[in-house]
Amino acid sequence: MLGPVLAGLLGTLAPALGYMPALGGTGVSLAPFEQLFAWPGLPRAVALSLGVGLAATAVSLAIVVLICAGWAGTRTFGMIERLLSPLLSVPHAAAAFGLAFLIAPSGWIVRGLSPWGTGWEQPPDLLILQDPAGLSLIFGLVTKEVPFLLLMTLAALSQARPGQSLRMAQALGYARVTGWLKTVFPLVYRQIRLPVYAVLAFSMSVVDVAIILGPNTPPTLAVQVVRWMSDPDLTLRFQAAAGAVLQLGLVLAGLGLWRLLELAVARAGRAWIARGGRGRRGAGHALRLGALVLGALAALAVIAGLGGQVVWSFAGLWQFPDLLPDGFTLRNWDRHGPRLAGPAFETLLVAGAATGLALLLTLASLEAEHRHGLRPATRALWLLYLPLIVPQVAFLMGFQTLSILAGVDGGRAAVILAHLVFVLPYVFLSLSDPWRAWDARQDTIARALGAGPDRVLWAVRLPMLLRPVLIAAAVGFAVSVGQYLPTLLVGAGRVSTLTTEAVALAAGGDRRAIGVYALAQTAAAFAPFALAVLLPRLAWRNRKGMRDG
Amino acid sequence: MAEGLRFEHLTIALGADRLIALDCTVGPGEVLTVMGPSGSGKSTLLAAITGTLDPAFAMTGRIRLDGQDLSGLPTEARRVGILFQDEYLFPHLSVGANLAFGLKPEVRGRAARRARIEAALAEVELAGFADRDPATLSGGQRARVALQRMLLSEPRALLLDEAFSKLDTGLRAQVRALVFDTARHRALPVLQVTHDHSDAEAAGGEVVTVG
Repeated sequence: MLGPVLAGLLGTLAPALGYMPALGGTGVSLAPFEQLFAWPGLPRAVALSLGVGLAATAVSLAIVVLICAGWAGTRTFGMIERLLSPLLSVPHAAAAFGLAFLIAPSGWIVRGLSPWGTGWEQPPDLLILQDPAGLSLIFGLVTKEVPFLLLMTLAALSQARPGQSLRMAQALGYARVTGWLKTVFPLVYRQIRLPVYAVLAFSMSVVDVAIILGPNTPPTLAVQVVRWMSDPDLTLRFQAAAGAVLQLGLVLAGLGLWRLLELAVARAGRAWIARGGRGRRGAGHALRLGALVLGALAALAVIAGLGGQVVWSFAGLWQFPDLLPDGFTLRNWDRHGPRLAGPAFETLLVAGAATGLALLLTLASLEAEHRHGLRPATRALWLLYLPLIVPQVAFLMGFQTLSILAGVDGGRAAVILAHLVFVLPYVFLSLSDPWRAWDARQDTIARALGAGPDRVLWAVRLPMLLRPVLIAAAVGFAVSVGQYLPTLLVGAGRVSTLTTEAVALAAGGDRRAIGVYALAQTAAAFAPFALAVLLPRLAWRNRKGMRDG
Repeated sequence: MAEGLRFEHLTIALGADRLIALDCTVGPGEVLTVMGPSGSGKSTLLAAITGTLDPAFAMTGRIRLDGQDLSGLPTEARRVGILFQDEYLFPHLSVGANLAFGLKPEVRGRAARRARIEAALAEVELAGFADRDPATLSGGQRARVALQRMLLSEPRALLLDEAFSKLDTGLRAQVRALVFDTARHRALPVLQVTHDHSDAEAAGGEVVTVG
């Protein structure tokens, strides 16, 4: 993981300092940075990136923590857990489009209130979507980051034995939320710190969601960098590289700032714990309900947004402020359907190849760890998170330059490799826990019966772990389907997937076309999840012992 | 040739702590019981015999089985059968397929293999259970399937890791008698680790206490 990221960063740094022989830049200078700093939108773009990133992360973390504090171990929590995988599999771009359909001035919410509540006969001239402060962008990010952080927190919770600590705290008279925050949260946060950093870095440097929901003049820094990069004027590439380097610095600064916040909160928290306050049940109850409502709102926004896409993709004439179109028609699918086939095939091919490779690498390294009795170091985890923390714009540009040098530029192979860099960490993270949790005595038994390590792997371990293996593959597939920037940059615009096509439609605003593409994209990400749940049920329908395994 | 399971100046240590020191032979059909509280290293001894000892432990001395030095052999080549307190029947395989997993590949032909499996089931009064899901069996039935699966792999020694501790009293005596009788009948050396005196009494052999 270190290789491609470092190589990519170097490949970005060189043109940022004016060195790019292919474009006539042979000397080293600070001119690209001077041009970058001369761009009048820079301060605003930087402030936006930083503000959006910090706000989206803080809000997501607060919702997740309060949901866990208030509901862990209850039946409501079980329901939330079941909702997680489907919500996670919705690609960022599709979720963002769905949100746009909801909150736009001509979206479902305004339609629902008009004209009786608002008196509007025309869509109001309000800048709700792509508002200059980035509020809709923050909301869009929160809807996707809450499920991700919640999943990571669940994994951490299963190791922290929250039940005992919480019962002990409650026995000492602490209210539920207060007791959880004081006894369980410090342990859990230590384990979800890396995912939180990944969320922060992602929120600061996201491109596809920011194109759809973020402000335009100026956009966030990452979006502006991509604009420069795809500009026909090639000299802007130097400025783009400088911007990408600045983006990296910005993310590092954001992480530093977050770390300071962590220290401050930890300090305040220790004092809070030492004071011994038991917390008021009423306040705790309000917090816990509030978090659930916010979390439900985020989930509902994604689901209703998808519903909006379904309706738009089948909509005939649909005038404002009607809640539903006059009629439903297959015309949109007839028109865009045939053009979907190419990108859909490309999407499946790239995602299939990247996921297959990632699964192979993950299984090989986990099995090697098992056979040679290796213990994973925490430092290895950092390596895994590196591609999730280093902003994509910062190293993909270099990755692109390098793949040109290696002679695989603009091709499917290069895109697959680029996807692999992002798919691998997710596949590894989702498979490693169930893999390591498998009872080693099962291995001893099988070996003592005369089976060699390969036979144990194929005949015992893989079948027993079929479900987590398929889930990991589905996660990897969904991650690949959702990749926008790597496909665009490394594919040099020549590899078009459902995601690149859908995001390209954002500017046009043809909602019927967007509905069709975003739905196809969601389906491509979601179908493997459905398979991963159904296949083991089918394969093991006569095996009671495999129901939960 | 020295028959049975032989420990030659065997010691197992974790850091400076010496957990096990053993120098003795378990002859064919004999039982050696190792007793001690949990955490005393009893199971470590079994891991040393199966070849699954964690690298953190340091072992000196030798373990021989029917004269052959086991050190350096992979688990699957040692031909040592082991039973844990959980049966560890493979949950994704039917009862018959579990037994087939244990049955040596030298028994060839579908019909011949099937016949051996049916016979093994009939031996423990489970005739006709081959297509059952192991999760639907009772505790006593599972224990018998696990025993037969192990025997079909034709081990040269039998290790019991608290193998009876999960069964309730009546069933326990029954399964225990079955296991010890079979071992005696097949002239297998048996090593059991347990913290329960009734297991030691039922075995009737030598008792070593560790920890």
